[in-house]
Amino acid sequence: MNFIDKGKAWVFGDDINTDYIISSKRKRDTLDTEILSRYMMEDIRPGFGEIFKRGDFIIGGRNFGCGSAMEIASAVIKGAGTAAVIAESFSRTFYRNGINGGIYLFECDTSRIREGDLISVLKNDNFIKIVNHNRNEEYEAKGPSGLLDSIISCGGLIPFLRKNNGFPQNSIQ
Amino acid sequence: MYSGTIAEKILSRHAGKQVHPGDIILPEVDMAMATDGSAPMSIDIFNGTGARKLLHPERIVFVEDHYVPCPNEKVAALHEKMEFFAKQYGCLIFKAGEGICHRLLPEKGLIEPGYLVAGADSHSTTYGALASFGTGIGSTDLAAIMYTGKLWLQVPPSIKISFKGQLPHGTFAKDVAIFIAGYLGADGANYQVIEFGGESLSQINIEGRMTLCNMGVETGAKAVLTSFDETTEIWFQKNLNKTPAAKIQPDSTAEYIDHHEIDLSLMSPVLAVPNKVDSVSKVSEWEGKPVNTVVIGTCTNGSLEDLRIASEIIENGGIAKGTSLLVVPPSRTIFLQAMEKGYIQKMVNKGALLTSPGCGPCCGALNGIPHNGETVISTANRNFKGRMGNPAAEIFLSSPATAAASAVKGKITDPGRLLS
Repeated sequence: MNFIDKGKAWVFGDDINTDYIISSKRKRDTLDTEILSRYMMEDIRPGFGEIFKRGDFIIGGRNFGCGSAMEIASAVIKGAGTAAVIAESFSRTFYRNGINGGIYLFECDTSRIREGDLISVLKNDNFIKIVNHNRNEEYEAKGPSGLLDSIISCGGLIPFLRKNNGFPQNSIQ
Repeated sequence: MYSGTIAEKILSRHAGKQVHPGDIILPEVDMAMATDGSAPMSIDIFNGTGARKLLHPERIVFVEDHYVPCPNEKVAALHEKMEFFAKQYGCLIFKAGEGICHRLLPEKGLIEPGYLVAGADSHSTTYGALASFGTGIGSTDLAAIMYTGKLWLQVPPSIKISFKGQLPHGTFAKDVAIFIAGYLGADGANYQVIEFGGESLSQINIEGRMTLCNMGVETGAKAVLTSFDETTEIWFQKNLNKTPAAKIQPDSTAEYIDHHEIDLSLMSPVLAVPNKVDSVSKVSEWEGKPVNTVVIGTCTNGSLEDLRIASEIIENGGIAKGTSLLVVPPSRTIFLQAMEKGYIQKMVNKGALLTSPGCGPCCGALNGIPHNGETVISTANRNFKGRMGNPAAEIFLSSPATAAASAVKGKITDPGRLLS
């Protein structure tokens, strides 16, 4: 019942801003997120984009994705094949862009996750748990619900709108 | 007819029912904006929806401001894509050189009190200076607005900040904006609205309010709103020759999750120190630190008044040897006005370098990239590592007066003694 399979944790701190995720100087040259993902986090961790593998997890502290509203930051994280971003909290524009782009974002206490730990995600109607296989620990997490869960389940906002021919009125209560 | 905070009143009008914090709503957007940093991606996403027209083309505006004048063939292709799309679908576009979206839309009369404005650029909170709910969105959101006219939004709770007292000589709205970023912290208003009010809001003009609302997003705020008042009314009459219909003010019974009172008389010139906007120190604590580059202007602090203050300091003191001054006018209109008044000439005469109206060096997109190891003092809104295009430079943020005084002395300087 793994919702997201095991992947390696790459741990970052608080207030990781969108300029750190992808520098402005890169995003003027191309919007190809697979190319841009080679430069992910380059200003704070040179070479990171080259060693990060598809299916790995990005772990943040508080306020992950603060700064610019530019969607290219969350799109680069998706383009790198990130399984999910798990953080104590997210900045609102990054959260919006992540949901709209169909990326899984989970909020939980990430303080016990260490770089290199193997992580997976369990999810059902009642709970979301982050499993830390190196430490044999589980952390309760929060994920999107209601309309936002419907959006992400469709793979993002545009697939959701296409499927429903716009925003269905019954999508909000 | 609707009650609550400014945010609740604006969002209730758009939802067609009284809303409360936590509600998810699907309001129609009055104006949606994207820049050359976000529009190209929106266009690709919109084209992927299969839609053949914009629901409300008159409510969509593109601005070429981040990469201007066009630096290379790749950006040329992006600008071409925006211009082609605007022509094909009939939406508005402001081409390179007209100015930065956050100053340009108010200037062109596209923002009104009570509007819901969704901008694909985080500093779209600037529109709150005109009592409109301006909020930052992404490119997918913008594509969805082009397709459906609507935005999904959770109604935010509001934090009230009331001003009292009078700002001391040498201290400006920017100092208050930086102080608030430090006071609330980088996520202190995440998912929330900051609403400015109090007896001394009237002392802060619309340009100063734009600085406050622009920088307010550095606390994570969804929108940063000021109450409609006489200052707002006069600004609309003087600049646009119109009287806004929606005079949006909060109810006296409005509920806030927090209320802070700021005594402006206790403010002093401050800096955001590297590498975080919420790392705030008094200018006096850093006085004397050598500065290599000074940046004055941008969407945060490039009003005619800001350029006047800076130009007078530079005219009187000159620019220190070994320090360079970069002036970034935020719009063509302000640039022309500043030329007519002689502000630009005074600074260029002393050796300042001028950029064309646009985002310029603020986000490292082009022009004015600092050298390795340089110290920059800038009137822009962010000082993250690498923000200006070189992670080996450090950036301080300040008011135009502090930045200009620092250009005169070649080191971080309290502007008090240099101001007339």
